[in-house]
This record gives sequence, structure tokens and C-alpha cells, in this order.
Amino acid sequence: MATIEAPAGKKPPPTTNRAVDTRQQGRLARLLLTPTMLVLLIVIGYPILAGTYQSLFSQSQGVDESGFVVQGDQFVGLDNYAAIFSGDSGARFWNAFYNTTYFTVVTVTLEVILGVAMALIMNRAFRSKGLIRASILIPWAIPTVVSALLWRWIFDANGIANDLLGTQVLWSTDGAQAQWAVIIADVWKTSPFIGLLVLAGLQVIPSEVYEAARVDGASALRQFWSITLPLVKPALLVAVLFRILDGLRMFDLPYVLVGQGKPSVETVSILAFLENSNVRFGAAAAYAVILFLYIVVVAYAFVRLLGADVIGDAKQKTPRPAGRRRLRTVAKGDMP
Amino acid sequence: MRRRSSAVGAMTAIAALVLTACGGGGGGGGGAASTALEGVGPITLVQGKDTSGFLQEILDDWNAQNPDQTVTLIELPESADAQRQQMIQNAQAQSDAYDVLSVDNVWTAEFAANRYIVELPEDQFPVADMLPPVIDSARYLDRLYAVPSESDGGLLYYRTDLLEGAGITEPPTTWAELGEACAAVAATPAGAGVACYAGQFEKYEGLTVNFAEAVNGAGGVITDDEGNPNVNTPEAQAGLDFLVNGFSTGQIPAEAITYKEEEGRRAFMEGRLLFHRQWPYQYSLANATDGSSQVAGLFAVAPLPGLDGPGVSSLGGHALGISTYAKNKATALEFIKFYTSKEQSQLYLELGSKAPIYTSIYDDASLQAEFPYLPVLKDSILSAVPRPKVVRYGDATLAIQDAAYGALTGTVTSEEALNQLQTELEALTTN
Repeated sequence: MATIEAPAGKKPPPTTNRAVDTRQQGRLARLLLTPTMLVLLIVIGYPILAGTYQSLFSQSQGVDESGFVVQGDQFVGLDNYAAIFSGDSGARFWNAFYNTTYFTVVTVTLEVILGVAMALIMNRAFRSKGLIRASILIPWAIPTVVSALLWRWIFDANGIANDLLGTQVLWSTDGAQAQWAVIIADVWKTSPFIGLLVLAGLQVIPSEVYEAARVDGASALRQFWSITLPLVKPALLVAVLFRILDGLRMFDLPYVLVGQGKPSVETVSILAFLENSNVRFGAAAAYAVILFLYIVVVAYAFVRLLGADVIGDAKQKTPRPAGRRRLRTVAKGDMP
Repeated sequence: MRRRSSAVGAMTAIAALVLTACGGGGGGGGGAASTALEGVGPITLVQGKDTSGFLQEILDDWNAQNPDQTVTLIELPESADAQRQQMIQNAQAQSDAYDVLSVDNVWTAEFAANRYIVELPEDQFPVADMLPPVIDSARYLDRLYAVPSESDGGLLYYRTDLLEGAGITEPPTTWAELGEACAAVAATPAGAGVACYAGQFEKYEGLTVNFAEAVNGAGGVITDDEGNPNVNTPEAQAGLDFLVNGFSTGQIPAEAITYKEEEGRRAFMEGRLLFHRQWPYQYSLANATDGSSQVAGLFAVAPLPGLDGPGVSSLGGHALGISTYAKNKATALEFIKFYTSKEQSQLYLELGSKAPIYTSIYDDASLQAEFPYLPVLKDSILSAVPRPKVVRYGDATLAIQDAAYGALTGTVTSEEALNQLQTELEALTTN
């Protein structure tokens, strides 16, 4: 979000005719983009502003003499935020914050390893390739809540996971086993997403590059490190960024698979949800705003540090070798 | 999360309306409320997923008789938490989409205090024939806000074949007897591998129910008659210790910490449990002879045991209330009268083994012959203690679950858990 610019048409064009063209095109582009921008403003801009505004209010929960709850919102400034960071709720928040980060780091790491492996397999030309690709994508197509329910059955005290392990791990009780239940289910579900995006990157690497490497006597591992990985990096980074954003707002898996009120799997989204369901919209909005800011910071840092080319504009600034440029275009076009 | 920002203006207008509606009724009970219940036309009935399978037929009956005041069923998710949330959201949005709400009896105080539902004229309902704890659970500050449609009370399911095999003829009435019965059964060949006791101990509303029953069964309370928390007592600790010790000695199987109703039912129907604290709905399912239950005909029900004598059940059940923002309140009131009538209550019992609300149904000899658990269920409900009537029930139940779950899993002692719970409940009830 921080990198949205419009670099097209910034370079001085060689002829005046073209300059006029470009200016006209620019005007037309603005005109054509206006409806989209308006929609974005309504569906993204307004909720952010309204949520932030709401987070400055508090819902009274006291009762008057006749036993009725005093209605109405009160403006409390930053009190909701102060409450999140102080005392017991502070400890609870930092625990949730740690869980959110922990889940994101662990799941995304595992998903990258598995996803790349899946993509390498799917990229090979072999018989019934279509079947393998389709079957690898099935977990991604299943709604998260449904897969959470499936895994709850698997991780039942008398479920198949315990049957295979030959022990009785009580997965849904509070503790590290609950965290691993969530991690396993999440990795199962979203590795195919990374696999899909990486596969798109793999498919545009020309086979001549590998042929040349083989002629030079490069080993398979060397080919992977020196050709596959660098050429697939732009697609991979975009996939990882998407997964990080997803992971940071994780809610449904821990909530459905393990259940509420288990500190070991409580994420910031769950805290916001609980406040919301107890009619404290201000406090819930405050949690949501904090989570939003955290995601913005992480996404910005990721884009800056690793140079993830989210909107594919870098190629216009610095010319790159032909193969790489093609790759970027394709990777961008394949984004969901 | 977001709400309309014009809340203040709208709220003032609504508050004014509600105030005028309730104004005259200050101490006079139901009289004034009826004047506000106007409007005739189509309405909606909002409740959790209908698992009974006969509800639509009953609505069709009503609709055939009242073609200009039809009732449409709106089904919410099966989970009680999700139902409560959608009803609250509807009230927050001041929408007239929901007219008649099926209110879980633990929400009565919250919904009434927040003016999500309106006061009902008590004199227009046959409250005298209703079981006192049931009708009481639909009142807030002595005013009626909903009319019970079905009740629920906990029962002790026990395996008659295993007890007889160990030479025991009577079900246990105390926890000590329950432990002795388990030891005796475990010594018989048939009792090997059968766990002693289970209830609902997963961290959800069911844990609040089981915790409350344990505390009440030992003579303790969660909140006293005035609604003030008083849970940090030796009695309450004795109750909680029954469950804590059950887990630590293996009397309650370790996996029971993941049990909700259905996990426990599966264990009981597979013959893996000797005693099971469960609602009446399990009775017909466990007696099914289609092969789904391995204990059909091999079990019976008894009142829950307690520390020194028969225990105390938590009160379950639903009641129908009218949303403050409903347009056709007069129709809604008539529909509630129809739906909660004695004839209907008996019909629900016959069609779906739902616990009736009328004393005279429990005392009907021919029905007792058909449903042998009715007398036990009546006693269970009559001695039942409602879960705490707290306006902020959503927070209170989470605090109770935190304390109970911590004690059961051994992260805190029962003394620390109750001490902590007392502090939290005080904070929730005093502001």
C-alpha cells in the first residue's frame, strides 16, 4: 500500500507529439480510474476511518437505578488504547500479539518450504500432471472454517491423529499441542497457495537456461540455488507477503479448531472479536486498529527490506534482462 | 465493529419511546407493558437451528389459522454464542427484521437491561402452572420479559447393567457413593475399561453449567440472592474439588476435558462411561435400537448427586421474547401465547422429547408411562438453580470458564481459582 505510485509517463518523451499523446492518455487514465478509486475509498478508506473513530468511544455498561443499562457512547479519547496496554488486559494483549507473530513466522516458513516443493513437483512434466495439480490445490479451495472443523475431528481425543500416533494427545486443550494443531492445519491449507504462485513463476523460466547450466556441469542443487530460486524470487516474495498479511489476522482456525479462551492460541483478532461480542465496540475497534497498524508496519518493512515487487513497477525504472522482465509481467498477471 | 455514528440521536429517540412505554408501569408489574404491544401483521420467529424437525409444521398450523399474520422462521447458527451475538447485532442496528426472539434463559437479564426485549403482561399467561424456577428465569427485576417455551435440566445417566453386575441396586445420591459405585464396577469383569464419570468440561458454556452444578451441589453459590458474587467459600471449593479430584484421580477420564455434549454422548453410547451428566435429549438417542447406541435399554436416569445428598442442576431452556424494534408486537404476543400453550408444550414433548414447562404435564400419569424420566426431570428442574443473573453475563461466563478450566487442568489450585473468580465477578457487577 505504501508503494503505490504512478511512474508511467514520468520520463521525458523523445518527441513533442508523443508528449501531447501522453498527456491526453494521462487525463483519460485519470478519468477511467476515478470510479475504481471511489469504490476503493468507500470499501477500504471509509471502514478504516470509521473504525478508528469508533475506537475513541466507549459503550457504557453500567445500570441505572431501575436496572436498565445506561445507553449511548461516550467519547473517551485514547482510553481504550491505554486499557489494552495496562494491567491484566495488557498481559493478555502481549500474549495474543506474541501468538499472532509466532503463528505467522512458523506457518509462513513451513509453507514456503512445502509450497516450493509442491511447485517443483507440479512443474515437472509427467503423466496425470493435471490430477496432481488439482489435488494439491484442494485444501486451498476449502473454506477455512470448514477445514478447521475437519481438523477438529482429526484432532479429537479419539480422532485419527491420536490413532496414528498411538498416544492420546488432547490437542484442543490449552498448551503447545493446541498451537501445533493450528500450525499443522494452517500449513496444510495454505501451502498450495504458495505452490500455485511459485508454479506460475517457474513456468516462465526458459528451459534454455537449464540446458546451458547442464552443459556447464551444474548439479541439480546448484541449478536450484542459482537459477530457479533467483528467477522465481519475485513471485515467491509476493506470495510470502500475502501469506504474512493473512497470518497476522488469523482468526478462524484457532477459534474453531481449538476454541475460545485458550491463551496459547489467542490472537489479536480473537481479542477484537470477544470485545465485539460483548458489545464493547470501542475496545474492539481499538484492537482492530492496533492490528491494522501492525500489519501496515510489517508489510512496509517487508516491501522495503526484501524489495517485493508487489505492483510490478520496478521494471520501468531500471531496465533488466529480458528474461527477468517477462517473468515479472507474468508473475504480476497471475496474482489472484 | 463499526456502528452508525448517528447513534446518539437515534438512541435518544428510542429511549424516549421506551421510557414512555415503561413509564406508567413503574412498580405495577405487567399492566402498562401491554398497552405498548401494538401492530398486527406478519412476524418472524428467530431461534437457533431447528434440530427438532417439527417446528415448521407448527408454524404452518398457525399460519393456516392466521393467514394475515404469518410467522416466518429465521434460523440462526447452532451455537448459543453465535445466536446471542446476532440477536444483539440486530438490536444494535435497531432492525425490525427480528420480531419474536427465542432467548436462552441466561440472556434474559442482559437483553432486558439493554432493552433489547420488551416487558410482557404476566397476567395474560398461565404462569401459575409453570414450574417456578422456569418462569423465574424469564423475569428480570420481578418483571416478565419472556415466556418459557422449553426447559432443560441436567440428569445423571447411569448404566443399570454394570451397577447390577456389581450388586448395586440404587443409583448414587452423593459424590462419595458415586465413587464407591465406580470402584465396585471397576472390580467386575464387565466394568474394565469403562470410565467412571464425565460431564461437559471443554471451555465453553457447558463448563459454566457443570461448574455451577458442582458448586451448588456442595451448598455453595456463585452469586447470592441479591446478585452479589459469593463464590470464594469453603462450600464452593468443596464443589470445585469434586471435579478437580475427579480429574487427578482418573475418576473423570483425562479426555473429558475436551467433552462438550456430543463428545460425551458418543462416549456414553459407545459404552465407555458408567455415569454421565447430560441433558434429557440424550435419552431417546441412547435408547435408539438402530445400532447407533450400544447401551440401548441398559441405562436409566437419576437426579444429579451432590456432596451430602441429591445435587442441584443448572437450569437450561429457552423463552420467547419480543424485540423492542419489532413492528407487529400484538401479533407477536398472540403467537407467543399460542406457542407456549400447554397443548403445544405437550406436543413438543411427544414429538421431540423436549422438557415441558407445565407442572401438570409432568404429573400426567399416561405421559409418565411413555416418558419414564419425567418425574426425575421435574425434580431436577424444581431444584435447579439458575446460572448467575448478571447483566454482563457474557463476561461473567468467560470469567467462570477461565477459573474452572484453570483448576481442572491444574494450572491453578481451586482456592486460587475461586479467589480470582470472586475478584473478577465483583468487578463485573459493581460498575
